[in-house]
Amino acid sequence: MAAVMPAPSQSRLLLSGNEAVARAVWEAGCKVAAAYPGTPSTEILEVISTYPDIYAEWSVNEKVSLEVAIGAAFAGSRSFCAMKHVGMNVASDALMTLTLTGVIGGLVIAIADDVGLSSSQNEQDSRFWGRFAHVPVFEPADSQEAYEMTKLAFDFSEKHQVPVILRMTTRINHVKCLVTVGERLAHDNASGFKKEPARWVMTPTGASKRIPLMFERDKTLRAESEASPLNIVDSGKDHRVGFVASGPAWMHVKESFPDAPTLKLGLSCPVPVEKIRAFAQTVDTLVVVEEVEPLVENELKAAGIECLGKDVLPRQGELSPNVLKLALAGTFGDLHPGGMTLPAAIVQPAPVFPRPPTMCVACPHLGVYYTLAQIKNLTISGDIGCYTLGAGHPWNALDTTISMGASMGIALGLDKGRGAEDKDKRIIAVIGDSTFLHMGMQGLLDMVYNGGNVTVLLLDNRAVGMTGGQPDPGSGRDIHGNPAPRVDFAKLVESLGVKKERIHVVDPYVLPKLFKTIRDEIKIPEVSVIITDQPCVLIDDYKKQKPFEVIDEKCTGCGNCVDVGCPAIHVTRREKVIKPSGKEVELQFVRIETSVCTGCNLCVQPCAPEAIVHADPTQPIRLVKH
Amino acid sequence: MNKITNILVVGVGGQGVMTATEILAEAAIALGHDAKKTEVAGMAQRGGVVSSHLRFGPKVLSPQIMPGTADLLVGFESAEAMRWCHYLRPGGLVLMNSAKLVPPVVDIGLYEYPVDPLAEVTARGYQLHAFDAMDIALELGDVRLGNTVMLGAMADHLPFPAEVLLEAVLKRFRERKPHMVELNRKAFEAGRAADAQASHEAAVTA
Repeated sequence: MAAVMPAPSQSRLLLSGNEAVARAVWEAGCKVAAAYPGTPSTEILEVISTYPDIYAEWSVNEKVSLEVAIGAAFAGSRSFCAMKHVGMNVASDALMTLTLTGVIGGLVIAIADDVGLSSSQNEQDSRFWGRFAHVPVFEPADSQEAYEMTKLAFDFSEKHQVPVILRMTTRINHVKCLVTVGERLAHDNASGFKKEPARWVMTPTGASKRIPLMFERDKTLRAESEASPLNIVDSGKDHRVGFVASGPAWMHVKESFPDAPTLKLGLSCPVPVEKIRAFAQTVDTLVVVEEVEPLVENELKAAGIECLGKDVLPRQGELSPNVLKLALAGTFGDLHPGGMTLPAAIVQPAPVFPRPPTMCVACPHLGVYYTLAQIKNLTISGDIGCYTLGAGHPWNALDTTISMGASMGIALGLDKGRGAEDKDKRIIAVIGDSTFLHMGMQGLLDMVYNGGNVTVLLLDNRAVGMTGGQPDPGSGRDIHGNPAPRVDFAKLVESLGVKKERIHVVDPYVLPKLFKTIRDEIKIPEVSVIITDQPCVLIDDYKKQKPFEVIDEKCTGCGNCVDVGCPAIHVTRREKVIKPSGKEVELQFVRIETSVCTGCNLCVQPCAPEAIVHADPTQPIRLVKH
Repeated sequence: MNKITNILVVGVGGQGVMTATEILAEAAIALGHDAKKTEVAGMAQRGGVVSSHLRFGPKVLSPQIMPGTADLLVGFESAEAMRWCHYLRPGGLVLMNSAKLVPPVVDIGLYEYPVDPLAEVTARGYQLHAFDAMDIALELGDVRLGNTVMLGAMADHLPFPAEVLLEAVLKRFRERKPHMVELNRKAFEAGRAADAQASHEAAVTA
């Protein structure tokens, strides 16, 4: 990461799409960059923060990050923000009016769509925002293009005084390829904020005058798109089937059908309809290849251009070469056998157990979910973060996940909407520190204001854990790792109206106290907040302790430690026994992978026979083979 | 002729799969190849499956390796090598770390770990060189040397000299952790020797 910064102009570097965009943002003379972490976009701001002479921040949410960028653009500076696809749902309130005011300094918004769902709750197509907000959308296909288009997008934004969306997908953000980088432009040439209420103050009167200007701009943008060198025709050799494609899908088309004519859309919104109409006349059949929704396809069909698209291609997931080949083989047979060939027989994968992501060794959330799994009659409203994994084995202690901060409102709704069958159920909401600050605070305020009966578990691990431990306002550090004001969560929730006696700060590694606190609070029919206060094990704040091991002779196979769910605990042997009551139980004898154990003490507490002890430091690490 | 080499490196989050593939990519680039490296590893840090694709040659378009087309599969873990072996071209070579990393879903009894991943791979007609990279790394004193051991094992199966890959490994450590250079050189050579030994054993049993 740090190696990117000093690389001189004309260096050829192996960069991910995220690193390439970061370099381009810096080179374009951008002055302000903001984001909230979100896979697969996170690294863009991480890398930008390593460059000199550019203001970079982790914002509390995507809407704030866009608003920071808007302010800088109003002041005449080039500005940038990055987010994952769902981030724009949050930021869109600002975007939909920003399109009316437009900008002075260039403003580029990189949106990373998680096509293929590597780490997201849905698979929405951000190109819709281009249509919805009447703003242009650039679509790179790899790191080099992401680099080039980011720089072009700043120029384009300033030329038309419009924010530009750079639409990326996981298959660009996280792919590394060679990029030739350039020089940085002068960056301190902001024109200054000029007061102009009719433009910057969007009252109904002001907005009604800006809307016609937006429609005028649409025409200009469409003309730009028709003439844009980013929309490139490759006339090809075999004119039976021609393709209109964008982003990584265009690479996959080229790989699969090397002789086919293609029209690559780099400036894909507005769609260059006439350019495509002319292209369509050069081929027998036109196929539109776009991830995910049929946006271009539908516009072409509406314009009377005959084409195939989602009628033959999948509407979900990546359009990889094998997907394309298989989908189109049904319609056209094996087009271009000279390209990527399908294996003669589609080989079936070997059946292997799933390996779902799980919580880390010694994760402070383990104690929370171990405890929740012990308590009956709970409905647990969850949120977005590592703790969503509490829905998995062995805890099965999370019942809903929708969107950032939703645990609060959903918990209140579960409470207010409860039927007779749920009258004895206790409602729990589980949320992490950064998710709470992102969008959870308002939900808690609503819950307090409206008299909810919910116990909130606020898991403060001082970081945005799932995306790699980035700091947030609860960390006491800024994006550069420098000291920053730290939110006091207990005071914060008290100021939102939670009664002082209903707020508890507990150590999630001390199970009896945690258990008792939760048991006591769920009985009280009002809002309680239990804050856990131990750091994420992936950040520097976490301090490892002496590791543990299991004394084989003492282990009774009760399996209590297995229920903690720590990945350092492995079952070595199972044994079925009949209890005196006549009930058959399966014993699970365990070992601890001492080389990865960090001595958190969680598994020691439920171990009745005291079989778990500190590993002998004089002995070399034992790795027991299965 | 646009001959592209496809190498798939697979394992479990935290094993250094992505770093190993990046070093391999740097070696290919040092020789003047175009290269693209891709993986889907959104939550890989949480013990999930990691598969890292490397394609290099005169000009690479799509970054993804398709099933049935990988020239080499490098499995940092036995069951993971088995999971991904259908990505190999027919009769292709698997380099496998025979060590097993058992996930919680197996520990709590929901799924079985495959009884003999090595046999599963060879039964599908692939060549297999298997050795315990974790043991080798531990003998050298640090389990984290495992990915350099695996890189060493790849060294004689690439369309360029082993020394180019070794240099890419050492360059990285010279820049980041100079005190680890010599240990990584040893790990690389140990991996190379383990592969040669496994290759010999495979020939004897064939």
